[in-house]
Amino acid sequence: MRFTWFNLMPWPYLPDDFREQHRSVWVDIPNTLYDPRRGHFVYHEYMDQLEYADSLGFDGIGVNEHHQNGYGLMPSPNIIAAGLARRTSRAAICVIGNSIALYNPPIRVAEEFAMLDVISGGRLIAGFPVGTPMDTNFCYGQIPIITRDKYREAHELIMRAWHEDEIFAFDGKYTQLRYVNCWPKPIQKPHPPIYIPGGGSIETWDFCLDHDYNYSYLSFGGYKRGKLLMDGYWERVAQRNKDESPYRGAFAQIICVGETDQEAEELYSEHVRYFFNRCLHVYPGFADPPGYRTIKTLKAGVLSQLTEDALSKFPTLTWKDLVDDRYIIAGSPATVRDQMVEMIKGLHIGHVFGLFHNGNMPDWKTRHSTKLFAEKVMPQLRDVWPEWKHDDRWWPKPMDNRVQPEKSLPGAERR
Amino acid sequence: MKTTSIETKRGAKVRVLEAGKGAPLVFFHGAGGLLEPNPFLDPLAERFHVFAPELPGYGESTGEEFLDDMLDFALHGWDVVAALGLKQPHLVGHSLGGMIAAEMACIAPNDLDKLVLVAPAGLWLDAHPIPDLFAMLPFELAQLLFHDPITGAALLTGGLDFSNLEALRDFYITNAKQMGNAGKLLFPIPNRGLAKRLYRLTAPTALLWGKSDTLIPPVYAERWKQLIPQTQLQLIAEAGHMLPYEKPQAFVAALADFLAR
Repeated sequence: MRFTWFNLMPWPYLPDDFREQHRSVWVDIPNTLYDPRRGHFVYHEYMDQLEYADSLGFDGIGVNEHHQNGYGLMPSPNIIAAGLARRTSRAAICVIGNSIALYNPPIRVAEEFAMLDVISGGRLIAGFPVGTPMDTNFCYGQIPIITRDKYREAHELIMRAWHEDEIFAFDGKYTQLRYVNCWPKPIQKPHPPIYIPGGGSIETWDFCLDHDYNYSYLSFGGYKRGKLLMDGYWERVAQRNKDESPYRGAFAQIICVGETDQEAEELYSEHVRYFFNRCLHVYPGFADPPGYRTIKTLKAGVLSQLTEDALSKFPTLTWKDLVDDRYIIAGSPATVRDQMVEMIKGLHIGHVFGLFHNGNMPDWKTRHSTKLFAEKVMPQLRDVWPEWKHDDRWWPKPMDNRVQPEKSLPGAERR
Repeated sequence: MKTTSIETKRGAKVRVLEAGKGAPLVFFHGAGGLLEPNPFLDPLAERFHVFAPELPGYGESTGEEFLDDMLDFALHGWDVVAALGLKQPHLVGHSLGGMIAAEMACIAPNDLDKLVLVAPAGLWLDAHPIPDLFAMLPFELAQLLFHDPITGAALLTGGLDFSNLEALRDFYITNAKQMGNAGKLLFPIPNRGLAKRLYRLTAPTALLWGKSDTLIPPVYAERWKQLIPQTQLQLIAEAGHMLPYEKPQAFVAALADFLAR
């Protein structure tokens, strides 16, 4: 098993009456709620936490891209990843990812990911999301029905730019370039491992299998709801006669570890509820614009996690609901371990993106939960898949003799 | 109305409602498609030879994969006229259809008789942003599209029973397909540069607008008039954006009056 410590980077100062006063945490959230001077400390705290996770032995540290979003302060995850690449040398740096249909020209992603791979010594995991409708369509103005075709073309351009050593011309429908010449190129050959974060579009499964990319299901619904979708994915894997390595799949999970079940509730309840009740307050009209999902997906009944009843439920969920219905995995190390095993086996996954910082959780609690997981849970979960122990197809292969910048930082011994 | 199916030279298969005799009139529907039952095509067919093609991606028409941008849609419009074998028809377009008809008339100004634009899309005024149809929930639409939202809601859904989940899903999928394609011209801002081409119009042109239109409010009519000096505007009372459906008699009368002149 491999564990990546992930921070969505929520804004922790949404007012108590946020839901009553505003229709959405995303797209049209008033930017006057953001305070850049407080933001200074928030970014540093969150980046420190990612570095802390590296020091505790997490396999990866993860960031993602959102726009105009009160629970995701990373319009450019590459900026955060660059900071991490300069302050760590061990963990994989998972950028899950860059919404490639939004970059103009998309060669920019090939370049920036190559830079990150080079600076980090070959530790990059490159994520290529289609992007949520909130980010892609409403914030960045892409026409919903064209988004997937643009994504397809951007992917083709980026992969050719990484693969080919000759300069080539690219005559695309959306991008035309006379001289494609990726400079620099990534350390990992021909390219870093590719992860495709999916919501609920069935085309994404085939896309992953066509290219042998990792399929990452990112939801906040927990593994009971995630199982329906992951079962569909594994069924498709079998139909396509691919091997069933659990490392083909990844799942994002909110995890809260206390010394006891009771301590977990006392410490984390208000922050997890801040996340579900305030941060997931998204106006439903932004969740599924006509044309974003293909007719095939709509007919298959795999509707958006946000358009289903989830949206109406999130605001009222209590700690007990969240724990009992397995939206979150929370409790003592033993409780968390048992539920993690259930989740990992139930979904058949080799990669977990653990969300340890939630909502407005203060730094010390985040570190407490993270440390308990790293020391008392993670070691017991390492060998869930002994038969796939040596499968590293979806993991970075860094240089051996890379720079270790954290060793030369002032106060490094205290980190 | 009889229903025929034609194929354009590009390969789109288009369903066309047809009725009446007299001067040919092609009606281009709005982003919501041709709602059923239709209250204005039959009365119109008493005066004209009416053709109402469905856009690719709407109803039974196919070929949406051929249409990416404004030029594709405008040429498709002329391809339909050619496939129907019509010479210099009147072009009438409602909302999205008005945007397409206006663009067709800019491209080939001598190939039509008269042009009627009914609350057309295609222009944008920063001071009067058009509400974002793509971020609307179904129950919000009637309020925006009709002077009388209660009657409007029934017209929009054809009296569909939304407690029937199967019917609701079909409605949702149809809407996703239609509006998804309309997004090629309307998302995120319904402006594809028409304003800079309207100088080419030579056909006599009329604008018809519902006085209570809150989707594309009548202030837009003033902008159209500035851009097309020869145009005439008629505002119709107690009608919203869905003027042809909400006030079919007044709509047909105004239309026939202008075309007969």
